[in-house]
Amino acid sequence: MMILGTDPLLSGNVDLTVVLIVLMKVGIAFAFLLVAVMLMIWFERKLISDMQNRIGPSVAGPWGILQTLADGIKLFFKEDLIPERSDRFVFKLAPYLSLIPAFLVFAIVPIGGDFRNDNGGVVTWFGHETLVQVADPPIGVLFFLATSSIAVYGVMLAGWSSGSKYPLLGAVRSSAQMISYEAALGLSIATVFLMSGTLSTNGIVSEQSTWNWNLVTTGVVPFIIFVIAGTAELNRPPFDLVEAEQELVGGFHTEYSALRFALFFLAEFMNVITMSAIAVTLFLGGPNGPILIEAIPWIWPPIWFFLKVGVFLFVFVWLRATLPRLRYDQLMDLGWKILIPASLGWFLLIAALNIANDQGWQSWIVILVGLTVISVGALALMAAVRKAKIQRASQAFEEAN
Amino acid sequence: MELAVFIICSAIVLSGALGVLIANNPVHAALFLVETLFGIAVLFILLDATFLAAVQVVVYAGAIVILFLFVIMLLGVDRAEDLGIEPISGQRPLTIVIGSSILGLILTTLLISVSGPTGTSSSVSEVSLGGTNTKNLGGTLFHDHLFAVELTALLLTVAIVGAITLARRLKGPLQPLPVLETINDEESLPEDNEDVE
Repeated sequence: MMILGTDPLLSGNVDLTVVLIVLMKVGIAFAFLLVAVMLMIWFERKLISDMQNRIGPSVAGPWGILQTLADGIKLFFKEDLIPERSDRFVFKLAPYLSLIPAFLVFAIVPIGGDFRNDNGGVVTWFGHETLVQVADPPIGVLFFLATSSIAVYGVMLAGWSSGSKYPLLGAVRSSAQMISYEAALGLSIATVFLMSGTLSTNGIVSEQSTWNWNLVTTGVVPFIIFVIAGTAELNRPPFDLVEAEQELVGGFHTEYSALRFALFFLAEFMNVITMSAIAVTLFLGGPNGPILIEAIPWIWPPIWFFLKVGVFLFVFVWLRATLPRLRYDQLMDLGWKILIPASLGWFLLIAALNIANDQGWQSWIVILVGLTVISVGALALMAAVRKAKIQRASQAFEEAN
Repeated sequence: MELAVFIICSAIVLSGALGVLIANNPVHAALFLVETLFGIAVLFILLDATFLAAVQVVVYAGAIVILFLFVIMLLGVDRAEDLGIEPISGQRPLTIVIGSSILGLILTTLLISVSGPTGTSSSVSEVSLGGTNTKNLGGTLFHDHLFAVELTALLLTVAIVGAITLARRLKGPLQPLPVLETINDEESLPEDNEDVE
């Protein structure tokens, strides 16, 4: 059965050692995510404080690094409130619906492994060949899209089941936002599939092992779209309308307290980390990088991976500290009228180039024709939007008089 | 092993379907629908149709039921309803007749044509064609059944255009425009929109 993917560990005889290796991988991924979230929350608070000329957390541990742990313990002992008008079962279910997808996504991310010389990331642990990722399903990145579409339920049901108006408004906003940007996200990933010819994360990373990162081979545009749509999917600033404090108190988690609130918080930051990890896997070659010291070759792929993820995390915090929140109509305009057409157009261009390669056509002619078609389409779209706006304005003007 | 997975998934699918019918609250019914869709996704995996399983979750659970919930929440019908009223008289008995006849039709067709579950995996799986499931499916769709795919695409486009035409019908006074500075053709717009900028 190919369901479990291409991991050589599971293709042979499954004995006790194999089971223990799988359990160890799961344990490491779980523990890593929890520790990473703890550090990420501290990192974000500290970095934002630095950018805003404040000190930030400084009491618990050196440089306040244990602040998140202290907050977690505090939240654990707080009173757990369930609003009287809430839907009790759904109210209790919702935090887990956002937390579990956040955990699951990390299972498909290769965080290490030897990808040199078409090795396919295979390493040998305890006499068994295996991949440095929990699972490598053949549907690969589609699994990521599936889990991120499940994560919408957590936010949506939390808002609805609270039985209160601000959470409901936050939930309706968030579901519209996440569905809109999921389309752009999926379309930008589709170009990666086109270049790599596979859905499996391990395959995508293997394809990029000779410095031909997808960032370059897909031509930067899908990467930019992915990062913007990913930020919106994470409900991070400048797309954090879901929990816009000035308008919605706390958004979908207004009524949540104590441990359940902590679970939402955990899921949110975990999603930031997994989204960065997926971006690194898809566009920046995952754990690929030069082996600097030949004596310990196995330690370099994880180092490169975490360095790349770290850059992403820094950028996410940087965005939050810098950009003001978008207005709702700007958010929808950006998603539907810019990102989706752009990613579709780029996808067609890359597909045409691939066919040109196969057929032996001149690639510059294909690029020229493709760009002409895309710009004509873009101009037609812009003209249509402008026309609609003018028409609406004149109608409103007549209405007012 | 496969039989066990099949039985568990069938139980999940059927209990979800029953839940959709029984639940009083529309939101709960939608959640039961998600349960059914998940069970079907696992059944797809059991048949080696991994791509369909993923698409099942992404499209049905991730988009369609979310839109159901979205509409339910937006319209504010998200509370238990009195199901004693019959909007069309004779609706209930008719439902029973039609429902049971469709069930009978499907069951007879299944029993006559294949005499029970076949246990064979999907016709585009790795096992039957070689190559990955996704590649086989893409090849089948865009090579052997291209005309049907294009027709479906056309149908969907028509549906989208129709939906937009219906939704764009304007009722009542228009909302003030959020962005006014981009329109230079209208110079004498109402003054009170100044502060929006």
